Amino acid sequence: MNLHLQIARISLFTLLTREVQRFMRIWTQTLLPPAITMGLYFLIFGKFIGSQIRQIEGYSYIQYIVPGLVMMSIMTNAYSNTSSSFFLTKFNKSIEEMLVSPMPNLIILLGFSLGGMIRGVLIGMIVMLISLLFTSVTLQHLWIVISMAILSAMVFSLGGLINAIYAKRFDDISFIPTFLLTPLTYLGGVFFSIQQLSPGWRKVAAFNPILAMVDTFRYGVLGISDLSITWGFTLVSLMFIVLFVWGWWLLQKGVGVKV
Amino acid sequence: MKALSVNKLTKIYSNGIAALKGIDLEVAEGDFFALLGQNGAGKSTTIGIICSLVNKTSGKVSIFGHDIDKQLTLAKSLIGAVPQEMNFSLFDKVANILINQAGYYGIPKKIAITRMEKYLHAMGIWEMHNQPAFKLSGGMKRRLMIARALMNEPRLLILDEPTAGVDIELRHGLWRLLTELNQQGTSIILTTHYLEEAEQLCKNVAIIDHGDIIEHASMKSLINRLDAQIMVFDLDKPLSSVPEINGYKTSLIDKHTLEIEISRSQSLNELFNLLSQQGINVSSMQHKTNRLEKLFINLVTKNRKNS
Repeated sequence: MNLHLQIARISLFTLLTREVQRFMRIWTQTLLPPAITMGLYFLIFGKFIGSQIRQIEGYSYIQYIVPGLVMMSIMTNAYSNTSSSFFLTKFNKSIEEMLVSPMPNLIILLGFSLGGMIRGVLIGMIVMLISLLFTSVTLQHLWIVISMAILSAMVFSLGGLINAIYAKRFDDISFIPTFLLTPLTYLGGVFFSIQQLSPGWRKVAAFNPILAMVDTFRYGVLGISDLSITWGFTLVSLMFIVLFVWGWWLLQKGVGVKV
Repeated sequence: MKALSVNKLTKIYSNGIAALKGIDLEVAEGDFFALLGQNGAGKSTTIGIICSLVNKTSGKVSIFGHDIDKQLTLAKSLIGAVPQEMNFSLFDKVANILINQAGYYGIPKKIAITRMEKYLHAMGIWEMHNQPAFKLSGGMKRRLMIARALMNEPRLLILDEPTAGVDIELRHGLWRLLTELNQQGTSIILTTHYLEEAEQLCKNVAIIDHGDIIEHASMKSLINRLDAQIMVFDLDKPLSSVPEINGYKTSLIDKHTLEIEISRSQSLNELFNLLSQQGINVSSMQHKTNRLEKLFINLVTKNRKNS
């Protein structure tokens, strides 16, 4: 077999396995907390408060927020997986194990981002199962659900990686989630329909990529959406391409990992 | 073929410090090569560039003829590196650290497991293979890093101060292992602060100071350049005053210890005859300082005076 291909294949498998084993080994820190948090969201926002809110496009409020909460879990966990894993790898210098080896930077990028994507999608599945304890949901468009979950998880996984590449201190990996991602997520149609916004804000909101993810995912789960599905996939795919190229370029340049 | 060829290599850090000022370096295949220099001289920067941990500013580096700018994957697949500082996850199991490293080199898991067993046994830390790395002692961690560097069975092994802070027994064990590896054909580059280590192990040497190579020669020719060496003699009987021995500089450290400077043209036989004539009996003798150390200090001092 071609040496380059053999190195790429085996090193990707090795890094990906390491990443998955890492978050599985500490499942009480990685898998359990989002499951508990989302269970509480379903209970409080869905059951207690949601029972007093009118139906939205033929669905009860708790059914309406299920796709949003699943997508929110996918995004936050995919992001935090790569940001913490890559930053720790930098912090304890074990990144040098990879930099010294012939493993290409593209494989380092893929290994970390796929690891984050797997964690995000796995937690999405867990949260979806938890939602079934509170309400019933029938998936309307399975392939849209699967493809948007994977694509969104990859986008956030790459975002976490880029954040970790630039990060110099532990504080730096919590700055972007706190001040950028959380507001965009809460304003991203998880808990409400953008039809409730004024026409001007509705136009602005259409460019929020998190809204595009949540809305397209909601279409896959419930069959209802505020935006066009084509627009959703286009915007998220574009983000994926931009972040992928950006992350690769940073690793090629050695930003944050080489002097 | 050259195991390593470095041409006009420069490195200027973002703060403007020129760590390397266009160095040239060649290491022959099968060589055991010492790269010596004081702290901050540029040794680790050179090794960092060779191992792709540091971005070079300009210049060329080739590993067994593979230019790192054009054939990086091939070049890297031939190198094993032991860094100065610990660089593995303390929470990973010892065995996994080695198996993963092999994986990053594209080595199938079956082979990786066999090599992991082989090198952990060779390093004497097999019994820790199932333990997380934080349970290893300092010396064990260093042995783990050497075992890890051997997982791809490199043709060029680069060790950046591998015996720093290591006890004497382990240091000698490592020397034996490195000698064996070199005899089996592995080219080795070593940086060290222990100059007797370099003198004992290495065939060729380069001395780097302030980012310049100030000496690049065989160890033998370098040692031969010493004009004189100071020998310390332990005496059977105490002396009350410094003996005058014709043609030799002498000094008395204490009543039982005599220091004599011997130049290249003088012989030990002649000296012993002169000592016997004065009724001085020697029970043992040794070098006052490591020979290479004296030469190293001379060269560095001279370079600094010149610059």
